[in-house]
Amino acid sequence: MKKNEFLYFALRNTRMQIGLGIVLFFFAVMIIGPSLTDYDPNEYSGPAFARPSEDHWLGTTFFGQDVFTQIVYGLRATFIVGAVGGGLATLIGLIVGFIAGYKGGILDEILNMLTNIVTVIPTLALLIIIAAYLPYRGVVSQSIIIGCIAWPWTARAVRAQTFSLRSREFVDLARMSGMSSMKIIVQEIAPNMLSYLFMALILQFGGAILAAATLDFIGLGPTEGISLGLMMQNAVLWSAIPLGLWWWALPPGMIIAAIVSALYFMNTGLDEIFNPKLREM
Amino acid sequence: MVKLRNVTKVYRTGAFGGGKLKAVEDVSLSMEQGKVVSVIGESGSGKSTIGKMILRLISITEGEILVNDKDISKLKGKSLKEYYRTVQGVFQDPFSTYNPVFKADRVFDIIRAEYFSDMKAKKWREKVESSLQSVGMVPEQVLNKYPHQLSGGQLQRLLIARALLMDVDVLIADEIISMLDASTRVDVLNLLIDLKDRGLSILFITHDLSLGYYISDYVVILYRGSIAEMGYTDKVFYNPIHPYTRMLLTSVPRLDQKWEESEEELMETQEIAADSLEDRCKYYDRCHFAAESCGKPELKKVEEGHYTTCPRR
Repeated sequence: MKKNEFLYFALRNTRMQIGLGIVLFFFAVMIIGPSLTDYDPNEYSGPAFARPSEDHWLGTTFFGQDVFTQIVYGLRATFIVGAVGGGLATLIGLIVGFIAGYKGGILDEILNMLTNIVTVIPTLALLIIIAAYLPYRGVVSQSIIIGCIAWPWTARAVRAQTFSLRSREFVDLARMSGMSSMKIIVQEIAPNMLSYLFMALILQFGGAILAAATLDFIGLGPTEGISLGLMMQNAVLWSAIPLGLWWWALPPGMIIAAIVSALYFMNTGLDEIFNPKLREM
Repeated sequence: MVKLRNVTKVYRTGAFGGGKLKAVEDVSLSMEQGKVVSVIGESGSGKSTIGKMILRLISITEGEILVNDKDISKLKGKSLKEYYRTVQGVFQDPFSTYNPVFKADRVFDIIRAEYFSDMKAKKWREKVESSLQSVGMVPEQVLNKYPHQLSGGQLQRLLIARALLMDVDVLIADEIISMLDASTRVDVLNLLIDLKDRGLSILFITHDLSLGYYISDYVVILYRGSIAEMGYTDKVFYNPIHPYTRMLLTSVPRLDQKWEESEEELMETQEIAADSLEDRCKYYDRCHFAAESCGKPELKKVEEGHYTTCPRR
């Protein structure tokens, strides 16, 4: 009954519809895209800087690579970074937040200190240093680096929520039932903040995509393959805009912006779904 | 059964834990089998803290609590889990004692998962049903429902039924009826008396004097974390000695006395400069017998089974 209610409001919520629609659209493009194109993303497949045409739906680059193909394969990198990087950040944030919030005391002090340290480290600088030292950079290793740095705010929020749930009497009751701390966290506390955890995952997903785009753009993207950020970097590097190659320069950035905004849209939509006070009647 | 020896609980307060708050100070009392001990006190008197310390939900700063001659502060892991077989508690707010996400009878499922995992499903169901019947409920009416679908009284009795699934000797009842309707209160109270007759020791924590009188064999009056007066119920209620106990008893609205008359008795409190309250009786600043000679009092025997810190009448 309760789940159906959430699903009902989720599907009726306009922001959720729009956000989910956009994300699913690009997801579908990523899945079926490769079968629509005959080229490889980095293959010199046609005339250089050709305008969009029947052969090349979004034109070609300075070197004659097919822009549409690059986008289709680049989307794959984007979704991998979102899932792996965002997922990892959420996971670390959850573990640190739950343990710090539930156990309290010295453990909380230590974890809190760690969280603060990672928070104040200039993330971008650290990303640059780590990325620069890796001889080979793949999409996955990039995601892992991002995940290891983006977790603090999730940890903080989860810790705060766990603190307030910990003092609730049902947790005392669970302790009096001989449940271990681990079980109490997973079975009693986590289900109470499921909606929040879901939102955190979505925000981390979007955040990881943006972080990856930033890295790619300054030239620390994957050394092999293609990503949307890498496309943007190449476009800038080869003066796509001064040369008037708008079909090369604009789409990757717009797609990243669209996906990330759609995720934030979903997030505010979820807010309304989980919090009945915000629901439009 | 349960013995508290000079138990003290100090909370650290303030940003760096520099401040100290003595929630419970030097409390000693004991509970016997088949008896109800009431701990009566106003908000902040430390009565719930005592209950939670016995339940091992918060740590003891000083002193010790012995249950069946074992120091409970040393219990860990497995032995702590076994401890909860014999000592259980029910809290004030039935609605926050249940995890709102799950059905109410999950509290039974947890007990089964933790303590009776090898029991057959059918046998377990019988056990739950007989436990429910012993707290006066019809299993079909309460099983498989969410907490918000049940009344406060039903929820509290479910929690007592939960405690009964194990072989509890000691039940900590922390304000268990203060949030219930008057009509369901009596049911729960009578249930507690039934349990007492079956040999359970009950620590009944309350702020309501009349409830304490109704149910208990022994009464402990707590004021700001210290015992002001304690003794057998009749002795304390018919011969109250500590000014605080007397004030409490006068504060109970009575049918045979107009409120103005009671109020006059209460109004006599003197204005006392709150200078060196440290070494004074805790009730000093509210007491209308307060005098220069009042020091830090100790619990003294007034008569057999009746103790108080204030000998003044």
